[in-house]
Amino acid sequence: MADQKASTSIEAVENGLAAQGYIASRQIATAVYLSQQIEKPILVEGPAGVGKTELAKAIAAWRGMKMIRLQCYEGLDEAKALYEWKYAKQLLYTQILKDKLGEVLGGAQTLHAALDQLHDFGDVFFSKEFVEPRPLLQALEQPGGCVLLIDEIDKSDAEFESLLLEILSDFQVTIPELGTVSAITPPTVILTSNSERDLGDALKRRCLHLHIGFPEQRLEERIVESRVPGISQTLRRQMVGFIHEIRSLDLKKLPSVSETIDWARVLVLLQASELDTEIVKDTLNVLLKYEADIEAATPQVTTFIAKAARSNVFG
Amino acid sequence: MRENLHRFFRAARGVGVHVSPAESIDAMRAVAQVGISDRAVLRDALLLTLAKSKDEKLALGDCFDLFFSQPEPRQDQPETDNDDTPQDADQPPSSSDGGESQSPEGLGALAQMLLSQDRNAIAAAIASASGAASLSDIRYSTQRGIFSSRILDAMGLQRLRDDLDELTATNPALAERLRAALDALREAVRDTVSQGLALYAREEAENLRNEILRNAPLARIERRQVAEMRSLIRQIARRLRERYSKPRKRQRRGHLDVRRTLRRNAAWGGVPFLTAWKRKHRDRPKIVALCDVSGSVAQVSDFFLLLIHSLHEVVDDVRSFAFSSHLIEVSEILESNSPEEAMSEIMSKVGFGSSDYGSSLVDFEKEFMSTLTPQTTVIVLGDARSNNLDPRADILRRISDRSKRLVWLNPEGRLAWGFGDSEMPRYATFCSVVRQCATAQQLERAVSDIVATYQ
Repeated sequence: MADQKASTSIEAVENGLAAQGYIASRQIATAVYLSQQIEKPILVEGPAGVGKTELAKAIAAWRGMKMIRLQCYEGLDEAKALYEWKYAKQLLYTQILKDKLGEVLGGAQTLHAALDQLHDFGDVFFSKEFVEPRPLLQALEQPGGCVLLIDEIDKSDAEFESLLLEILSDFQVTIPELGTVSAITPPTVILTSNSERDLGDALKRRCLHLHIGFPEQRLEERIVESRVPGISQTLRRQMVGFIHEIRSLDLKKLPSVSETIDWARVLVLLQASELDTEIVKDTLNVLLKYEADIEAATPQVTTFIAKAARSNVFG
Repeated sequence: MRENLHRFFRAARGVGVHVSPAESIDAMRAVAQVGISDRAVLRDALLLTLAKSKDEKLALGDCFDLFFSQPEPRQDQPETDNDDTPQDADQPPSSSDGGESQSPEGLGALAQMLLSQDRNAIAAAIASASGAASLSDIRYSTQRGIFSSRILDAMGLQRLRDDLDELTATNPALAERLRAALDALREAVRDTVSQGLALYAREEAENLRNEILRNAPLARIERRQVAEMRSLIRQIARRLRERYSKPRKRQRRGHLDVRRTLRRNAAWGGVPFLTAWKRKHRDRPKIVALCDVSGSVAQVSDFFLLLIHSLHEVVDDVRSFAFSSHLIEVSEILESNSPEEAMSEIMSKVGFGSSDYGSSLVDFEKEFMSTLTPQTTVIVLGDARSNNLDPRADILRRISDRSKRLVWLNPEGRLAWGFGDSEMPRYATFCSVVRQCATAQQLERAVSDIVATYQ
């Protein structure tokens, strides 16, 4: 039964990622499973610090594949993302081979004959030897497949998106001098975006669209448990509850999972066994990254701790 | 199942999720992989393949829940196989529920199905009949009756009526049961049609309503439409933002970029075959908006200020001023309050006075002239009716001299300019652009033009 197989496979993905310390929600696991099955890239969107990049790393570690990362930024172009000719090497080789060239051409009587002979090995200088593969081409050339992480695609220019279309839909790139290079094994492609600008429809159409938001309380507790094993259960509950209260505030930057983990580490280091006003106020700067946010949250700290403690009793 | 998925895609388009053929193929492949037994997984799979933004995911999730919730005639378990064709309806139902099986032979399929209370079969029959009646073509709520009767006809209502007549004579008790079942069936069909309307007709209705709103004169919007208008304005702001938010680079041919040229031509030993030129970022938009909030144009300026302020992500530097008899800055008020509160606060400070353009311009020159730079676009929104007071057009000339552009948006039609106390012709000589701006659509075009000059 195909259905049966699917749900067990999705579970297998969940377990596999969990073994790498990445606690995935069912939706994330479904996305990873589907991307494998129908060979489509995943476009991951969501606020900063919810584990978009981490997901790619976890998949690579779980499947024992190499991860190739392409960090996008404004002005990123073909030469840095796809391939570049090794100009210096080409020049050097022509210099070294000068004598050889003379020899070969020496036999020619007319200019035409010389040209013909030159044509015969003219392509030598535009061969694979002289191509410097950049991340995208590297990803296609991995014999065992790999995880290709195209990070923060929203930071790149709109033109760069078009460059990606070929590789995303057909797993191939075209180099004018060499022809089309197809993937040996189609890589698993993960694109991440912070929604700084809207991506083009053409790009979105080629991807599975996964939105990772802030996790539910239970899930976040499990994430903390797997990442910061030293933390006691009561404290974990309290701090995650507290963070969920903080997220209900209207802040410039809400604390996300990475901040939760950092905070958990800090609390463990300070050997806190329970949240209290003092310690929270002292460590609030781990959670909140703007002075204005800290000012807005400080008066609420006591009530939030009380709420978190109460939900702890019932939860 | 495929048929159902196709109908789901149509419903998805109805709620505004853009589903292209390629995406529907992907969705089909995904569904083939995950199967249809686990509803939650199916939902995730469809959301992953079809929805491409957070808003779309929310909309599609709701659509999924609505689509796959089958309206049931009676209290029933929600999971029904509606992709089965109702062949089993022909089977004699007697064996299923022992005691009640006195239904005489010779009844139509529908009657037998109703009497046997076979819910799954009934639900399946309704589903296939709605397919036959092409329920997915429903567009307006007024079509509910006709689609209900079409579905009932497709299910064989005629035959059922004959049976009912016959039974009334021969077996009144059974006829009574059948009649009750028929009422329940009608209700179920009505629910199905209502659901269909909610699924398939939303797009049409919304488009129609928005189209009407976009072209309605802003000054004459009714109170109950104000909230809808606000959301439309927000949509417009979002669209403008998407179009213009990315600072685009424009090539400035003329200055050679030596470094990039050398690098690009390294392959030819530095002989510059291909040239690279320096590029330049265009000016950042700066907008100063002056809004007349006197009674006559208050509502238009209300929407206008809202639009300008929803555009904050495109335009970093906006300052807005409101005036009727004197002028105040309202940027702060608009930013820190909800639209309703902001408007009422502005109105209580400067609103409802009779407009005096002259003294308002004097106020502006005295306090805020320094906000104008050669990059600033000044937008004035008002009807230029100054109650026969001194218009002080000389100040407007100075404003025009100091700024990049001066755009005047007038909610009145061109025909009215210059008549009565309108000073429009006198002001117009100093404006770069004068436009009529009475509807949401005109407002969008005007603001779009203004922002576009900075791209």
